[in-house]
Amino acid sequence: MTNRITEKLQQDKKLLSIYFTAGYPELNDTVGIIEGLEKNGVDMIEIGLPFSDPLADGPTIQESSTAALKNGMTTEVLFDQLKDIRKTVSIPLIIMGYFNPMLQYGVKAFCKKCEEIGIDGLIIPDLPVDVYHEEYQAIFEKNGLLNVFLITPQTPDERIQFIDSVSKGFIYMVSSASVTGAKSGFGKEQVEYFERIKSMNLKNPQIVGFGISNSETFGQATKHAKGAIIGSALIKHLNKNGASKLDSFVNTIRQE
Amino acid sequence: MSYNANEKGYYGEFGGAFIPEMLYPNCEELRRNYISVMKEDSFQKEFHQLLKDYVGRPTPLYFAERLSNKYNTKIYLKREDLCHTGAHKVNNTIGQILMAKRLGKNRIIAETGAGQHGVATATVCALMGIQCVVYMGEIDIHRQAPNVARMKMLGAEVRPAKSGSKTLKDATNEAIRDWINNPVDTHYIIGSVVGPHPYPDMVARFQSIISEEIKWQLKEKEGRENPDYVVACVGGGSNAAGAYYHFLDNTDVGIIAVEAAGKGIHSGESAATSALGKVGIIHGSKTLLMQTQDGQITEPYSISAGLDYPGVGPMHAHLFKSGRGEFISITDDEAMQAGLLLSKLEGIIPAIESSHAFAILEERKFNTDDIVVINLSGRGDKDLNTYIDYFKL
Repeated sequence: MTNRITEKLQQDKKLLSIYFTAGYPELNDTVGIIEGLEKNGVDMIEIGLPFSDPLADGPTIQESSTAALKNGMTTEVLFDQLKDIRKTVSIPLIIMGYFNPMLQYGVKAFCKKCEEIGIDGLIIPDLPVDVYHEEYQAIFEKNGLLNVFLITPQTPDERIQFIDSVSKGFIYMVSSASVTGAKSGFGKEQVEYFERIKSMNLKNPQIVGFGISNSETFGQATKHAKGAIIGSALIKHLNKNGASKLDSFVNTIRQE
Repeated sequence: MSYNANEKGYYGEFGGAFIPEMLYPNCEELRRNYISVMKEDSFQKEFHQLLKDYVGRPTPLYFAERLSNKYNTKIYLKREDLCHTGAHKVNNTIGQILMAKRLGKNRIIAETGAGQHGVATATVCALMGIQCVVYMGEIDIHRQAPNVARMKMLGAEVRPAKSGSKTLKDATNEAIRDWINNPVDTHYIIGSVVGPHPYPDMVARFQSIISEEIKWQLKEKEGRENPDYVVACVGGGSNAAGAYYHFLDNTDVGIIAVEAAGKGIHSGESAATSALGKVGIIHGSKTLLMQTQDGQITEPYSISAGLDYPGVGPMHAHLFKSGRGEFISITDDEAMQAGLLLSKLEGIIPAIESSHAFAILEERKFNTDDIVVINLSGRGDKDLNTYIDYFKL
C-alpha cells in the first residue's frame, strides 16, 4: 500500500512531524496552521481530534482539547474545515484522536470521510492492536488509511513484533513511560531503548514522540529513529502566540 | 448464556481493554496473574481472615419486618453499611491491597468521587503500611471535606484533579495518567466494576462475598438459598455486582438495578446511564455511557455523589441489553424520602446511594410471599449534611 506517508518515509531525511489540536487556539485556525506548518518545512502533520477525556495526554494537550471543544470543535466541523485541504497541502496528514468519537461517528463512515478528504493515516491511542486487527483493519485499508501504533519502553518484544507485523507505515515510539508533555530530554535509559528497538530490525521505521520540544531533543531522537513528533511544545507556542509565528517555531527545531 | 466475563473480559459485547499502549504492560501483568493469585490458599486465607476480623464480616442479613409489612412482601436487608469504613467498598480494597502485595507493588493510587472508595483505599494502605495517593476532583474535594480529612488522617496524600470537569471521571483520568507514569512499582486500585479488563471481573469477584453470604444466610433463615429478587443501586455498579454475582446465571432470581435519575431522566441533570447512555468507551471499557452525539463524555448529576458516574460497569450494560436485569431509575426526591422512611421504620439511616434501592418499593410491587433482598450498601453518616439541608432538620 502506498500513500503519502509511505512515500515520505522513503525520503532520505529525518522527518519532523508536528501534532496540534484542531480548533485551538481558535475554532477556525485548523487550515491556517496546517498550511503554515507545511510552508515552513514540516514533513508530516497530526491533526488532533479533541476528546473530553484524553487518557494518554498530559495537561497541555488536555487543556487545548477542552478549549477546542468549548470553541465548538466536533468531528463534523473538522471534516468540514478539511474538505478542500488537498487543494493547498501535499504533505501527509494524520488524524490523531481517541476511539469514542470515531465510534459515535461510525468507524466505516469515519474512514470513508478520511479517504475523501485525503487523510493518510490515523493514530488512535486507545484502540489496541488486537482489536484493530480483528475488527477494523479491513475497513481502514479499504480506505487507504495507515493505522499507527504506539510502543513504549515497557512493551514486550513479542508484542512489538506483532505491532510491526500489523503496521504498514511507521511505528510511534513513545520515548518514556509517561503521558504527553510530561518530560523533556532523554537519559541513558531512553537511548538504550532506542538502540534496542533499532537492533530489532523492524520492517516499519520508527518515529519518536513524547519528550521532544526543541532542536536538541529532536536531534537526539532522530539519531536513533527516522523522525520525531512534537506536540505539547507547539501547543504552548500557540497558546502564547496564537496561530502565527509558526516559522520561528519550526526554525528553532530544525536548527542544528 | 453466561452473565460473567469471558477470558478476554467481555460481557456480551461490553468490556474489553481499550487502553493506550502505555497501559498495556500494567493491565497485562494484572490480567495474567489475578485469577491464579486469588485462587492461592494463602491469599484466600488472608483475605477471609481480614474480612472477618477487620471488616466485620459476615454482615447480617436482616429481616426488615416493619418495612415488609408496609409493602406487603418479605424484605431482607444485606447490611453492608455495617462494614468497617461504612460501606461495601472495603471488600474490594482489602482484596486489591493483597493482590498488590503479591505482585510486589509498593505504591497505591486510587480515584474517588465522594471519597468513600478513597477512604477505603487509604484504610487498607494504612493497615499494610503502603504509600497511598488518592486522586479526587477539585470540586469534590470541596464538597466532601470530612472524607478528605479522613484520608489525610489515614496517611494518604489527596491530589486534586484539576482537569476537565474536576469530578470523578477526571480523578479517574488522573489516576490512569499516574499509572502510565509509574508502570513498575504502582498498583491502581479501581473502586468499581469499571475500567479495562481485568478490573470489572476482579472487583466483582472481590465483592461477590456479598452474594456468597446472602445464599447461606437465606438458607438458614428461609430454608432456601435463592431469593426471588436481589435489588441494588448502580453507579459504576460494584455493590450491585457483588450482590448479584452468585445469582447471575440463575434466572429464577430476579435482578433489579436502580439508577439515579437525579432531577428526572430528561431534566438534563441525571445519572441514569441505561436510559440515557449509548455504547461507547470510557476508562478503557466498552459500555453504556452518557455522551454527546459527537462522542464527548458528559457530566452526570445525582444528589448522591456515589452514583454520578457517566458510565456503568460492562456487566451491568450487558444485564441491561440482554434483558436479564430490570433497570429502574429513581429521582433525588424519591430517594431522599425512602431514606427517611427506612430511618423511621427500621432505625437505619442509609447512604443516599442505598436509599435509591429502597425507593423502588413505592412503585415496583412484589407478591406477598416474594423474598426480596435489598443490598444496603452504605450507611448515611457521610450524607448527614445532605439530609439536613434537604429535610431542614
